[in-house]
Parts: sequence; structure tokens; C-alpha cells
Amino acid sequence: MSAILDIRDLHLDIVASRRRNHILRGVSLDVRPGEVHGLVGESGAGKTMVGKVVLGIAPPTAQVTGGSVRFDGGEITHMPDRARRSLMGAGLALIPQDPMTSLNPARRIGDQITDVLRLHLGMGAGEAGERALALLRDVHIRNAGRVVRQYPHELSGGMRQRVLIAIAFACRPKLIVADEPTTALDVTVQRQVLRLIKEMQENAGTAILFVTHDLGVVAKICDRVTVLQAGRVLEHGPARRVIEEPEHPYTRALMKATPRYDRPGDLLEPVPPALVDELNAAAAAYDRERAGA
Amino acid sequence: MSLGFLLRRLLLAIPTLVGVAVIVFVLLRIVPGDPIAMLIGPGATPADIQKLRELYGLDRGLLDQFVLYVGDLIQGDFGVSISLRQDVMELVLGRLPITLELCLAAIVIAILIGGTLAVAGVYWRGRWPEAGVDGVSGFILAIPDFLWALLFILFVVIFAFSGLPISGRLSHEIRFDALTNFYLLESLVRLRFDVFGSVLLHMLLPALSLALPLSAIIARVLKSSLNEAMTQDYVLLARVKGFSRIRIVAREALRNALVPTVTLTGVQFTFLVGGTVLVEKIFSYPGIGNMAIDAVINRDLPLIQGLVLTFAVLFIAVNLLVDMSYAVLNPRMRHG
Repeated sequence: MSAILDIRDLHLDIVASRRRNHILRGVSLDVRPGEVHGLVGESGAGKTMVGKVVLGIAPPTAQVTGGSVRFDGGEITHMPDRARRSLMGAGLALIPQDPMTSLNPARRIGDQITDVLRLHLGMGAGEAGERALALLRDVHIRNAGRVVRQYPHELSGGMRQRVLIAIAFACRPKLIVADEPTTALDVTVQRQVLRLIKEMQENAGTAILFVTHDLGVVAKICDRVTVLQAGRVLEHGPARRVIEEPEHPYTRALMKATPRYDRPGDLLEPVPPALVDELNAAAAAYDRERAGA
Repeated sequence: MSLGFLLRRLLLAIPTLVGVAVIVFVLLRIVPGDPIAMLIGPGATPADIQKLRELYGLDRGLLDQFVLYVGDLIQGDFGVSISLRQDVMELVLGRLPITLELCLAAIVIAILIGGTLAVAGVYWRGRWPEAGVDGVSGFILAIPDFLWALLFILFVVIFAFSGLPISGRLSHEIRFDALTNFYLLESLVRLRFDVFGSVLLHMLLPALSLALPLSAIIARVLKSSLNEAMTQDYVLLARVKGFSRIRIVAREALRNALVPTVTLTGVQFTFLVGGTVLVEKIFSYPGIGNMAIDAVINRDLPLIQGLVLTFAVLFIAVNLLVDMSYAVLNPRMRHG
């Protein structure tokens, strides 16, 4: 089966005031149609940046210095704006991290769902309105008829994340980048939202690139997983295998540092600093080698 | 917007107005200058002067004068103008519409210019048009309204540009028996487009003079709040949805950026009303600003008091409008 998203040897630098920081050091991964692919790593590992490059929303200071990102068979790394816009929404969508800030506070919920439907599917106001109601019901929002007329501040965080999930699935995209979609939520709401994403994903057959630092989440929802550290892929494979028998010592350390609902008594261990130092040194060596080459 | 809020604000306006009345009254009695001396010719006898002083109540003590003044005010009597010998209230209300229309035109121009500059600066962020917008707004801001007025007149005179009138309000060739002094509005309602055009043309330069500095301020504030709005997560999501940049600026960012701009425009509008004093004089525009200068030159105490109170009411009204607009612009402020 050919991949819907195929990232090969992606290199990316952040250039700020003449300093060049290597963020991604040859990241490769592929997401197959209909699968949930976890992208795991600590803060600063570059996992969110991968998602941003895929969506074309990397900051202006970010420079892709090598590699390729192919979506649905076409190269999208340096795509011109106009071509990319028609790809967005319809082909590619995002479930953002923070539901509190990702909806426009000055616009009604309904309008924020219908706008994307009207833009990409050419629906009229009436049809888009009907579809928005159906989408809200899909994400299990009761009294959808009232919610469409409400403003974001009238909804709770969990409700807003449901709305954002509805927006992401609105045009039936082929791939959704979910950027830590549960991190900003309450623990009890987290599980509901996670279940909802899985349910929507299975019904629509959408592929998801699931960016997270939470291995517990990976275990619940992902089919395959890629472990990222300092912009390098340390390990990848089926989620179950990586979690139950991690090959890389870093993945093992990460597992021990993750709280587990099923073993509340376990003590957590931080990732050993020596291991992090070793990996960072390896990354630096990689940079030198690349600079010399 | 609750009725209670409106009522509370209107009640709060009363002490403000009383304060203004007291301050104006005291200030006018402190500054040198005798209205009677301005009024009568050099050959007047002391007896004549004394008679006039009695007529206007200027022979009494300060406290007596003040009590009289406030007592009349409460009954809606603003007194009689010393220089024009007409009821102050009638004089001011007669000319107020002229200034109101001028200010309205100025604010519309300011919003159009400022808004366009701001949106252009944000749309072309980081490229040369943005630097251009900053430069232009800085330049416009550096020149005050009355100087713009003089520059425009200079320009019209030097290039003998007869198409643009630089004085008055309506061309002399046009006969227009107005029922009100809202010429712009009235001519429109009565479908007198010749009058409408002429009034608009006469209004253009004074309104532009008043509008330019304000437009630069609007451009700067709106641009910085637009830029801030453009960094928000919902803008990022709009990009992911596939909307064009101009649509994102106009529909996602603009409304969220408007609140600080409206606040500032409201405050600056009061300066604009103050600016009419000089600008109307320069363009011989017959509004209350022009009238205020004459009143001061003639030491026409009742008229000055009436005009200052009128300006105060205008300021209070504008601030109330600004506060009311928040609820429209920001859904989060609609309760309470």
C-alpha cells in the first residue's frame, strides 16, 4: 500500500539573527492511508515542526534544507501558496493543540465550520449549515442547533475541542495532523476526546499523524509509531511492538518516565541525563559530518 | 446592552457637566479682559458702562453671578450672547449641525485612510509596502491638523486650482432654502444633489485636514493590533483551512483587532472636535469651532460657556458610543 504521507530525509533549520539551529536531522516516516501514526518525542525533539512542515505553516524563520515531503504522491515541500491552499482543508487538516485559542472569539461556531465547507466543497449557506449540524452531532455535541449560534467563550474546553475535531473532519481530508490534541485538556476529558478522534477516524478512514509526547496516548490510539529525539528518528515500528519491546534505550527510558493508568503504583524514572547527553553528542556529530560532507 | 447601563452612564454625565460648568465659569473670570470694553465704542461714558454691566449682571459678586448662572442653566437658559445679542442656546444649536457633519466626514475619511493603510501594512508584512505604510503614517502624524489646512490652501492657491473651494460651506450660486443646518443630510433627503455635491466639495479640505492626523493614529494602532491578531492560533487554523491571506486579515483578524482601535479613535475623536476650532477658522467654515474663536476674541462670556458645555456634551456622547460599541465588537462583553 502506498503511503499517503511520505517524508524522506527531511532536514530543517531555524535561522534567527544569523544563528542557524538544526531542528530536524534527516527525519523519515510514512503514514499509510487510514492509519494513525504516532510521532513521539520530548519537548524540542522537533515533532511539532514536522507537523507544521506538512501543513505548510512552519514559521518564516524555518528553512527546509533537504529531503522531501510527498502527500498523496505529490511533492509539497516548496509548494506555491495558491496550490497549497486548495490542498488544505480538503486534503489536509489540523486538530490543534489548544482548543481555548484555536477558535476565533469573534465568530459564531457555526460560521467557523461552514466557511471551510463553502470554500472547498462549494456548498451554499443552507447546505453548509445542515452539514455543520450533522458534523456537530457526529462529534457527540447535544443541542447542536444552539451551539452553532454560540461563540467560543460560551463553550467548555472539551466542547471546543469537539468543534475543532468537527472542523478537521468537515471536508473529509485524507490526512489530519493532530498536534497534541489532548495535552491542554483535563484528564477526564482527554480520554473522551481521544476516543472520539479514534471513532471519527475509523468512520471516515482518514489517516492521522498524531503528534504527542504521551506514550500512553500512543498505546491507545496509534497503529504505528516513530520516536523522535533531537530531530532524529531513533525507532519506528508498530505501536504495540515499540511500546511492549522497545529496541532503543531511549524509548525504554521514555516508557519508564510515562505514568500509566493501569499501574498507578509504579514510580516514574526520569530519562537518564547520561543517555540524553550521549544522544545529543551523537546529533552534534551528525551535524559535523553533514557539514563536512 | 442593558437599559440600566445606559441610564447609569447618563446619570454619571451630570456631575461631569457640573464640573465643566464650574471650571469654565471660574477660568473665564480669572483671565483678563472685559466683555463690556469689547462691546462699546471708545466714547462711552462711565455711566453707560455701568448700565451695561448691570444689564449683564457683571456688577454683582462672583458667587452671585455663579448662582444666577447655574440657576439659569438648570432651567435650560444658557444666557444671551454679549456680542451677538442672541440666545446662546439658539446660536449654538443652530451652528452645531455644521460642525457635526464636518466631524462625521472627517472620521469617515480617517477610518478609510487609516484602515486601508493598516490592512495594506499587515497584508504585505515584512516587505516594502509595510515600510511605506510606516513612513507615510509617521509623516502624516508629524503635521498637525491646522498645518495641513494651511498646506492645502497653499496648494490650491499656488496651482490656482479653482475646482476645490477653500472657504465657506456652499457655493454662492446655489440657492438652497434649508430647513435645518444639516445641509448634507437634508440635501440628500430632498434629492438636491447639486447642493449635496457642493457641500461635500466645500467640506473636503477641512475634513481632510482634520482627518489626516487621526488616520495616521488609526493606521498605527490598527496595524499593530492586526499584527498581534495574526499571530493567534485561530489565524493559524484559518491558514490550514486554506483561506487566502487577505480573507484571513479581513475576517479573522480585523474584528478582533478593532476594540483597541475603536477605544483610541474615540479618544482621538475628541481631539478632532477640538481641532475644528482652528480648522474651521482657517476655512471660514461656519461651525461652532469658528464661533468659539469669535466668542473668545469678543470676551463673550455666556457664549463661551455655552460652547464649552456643548463640547463637553459631545465628548461624553462619543465616549458613551465607544463603550456601547464594545458589546457589538466583542461577544465576550455582551453580558452585564
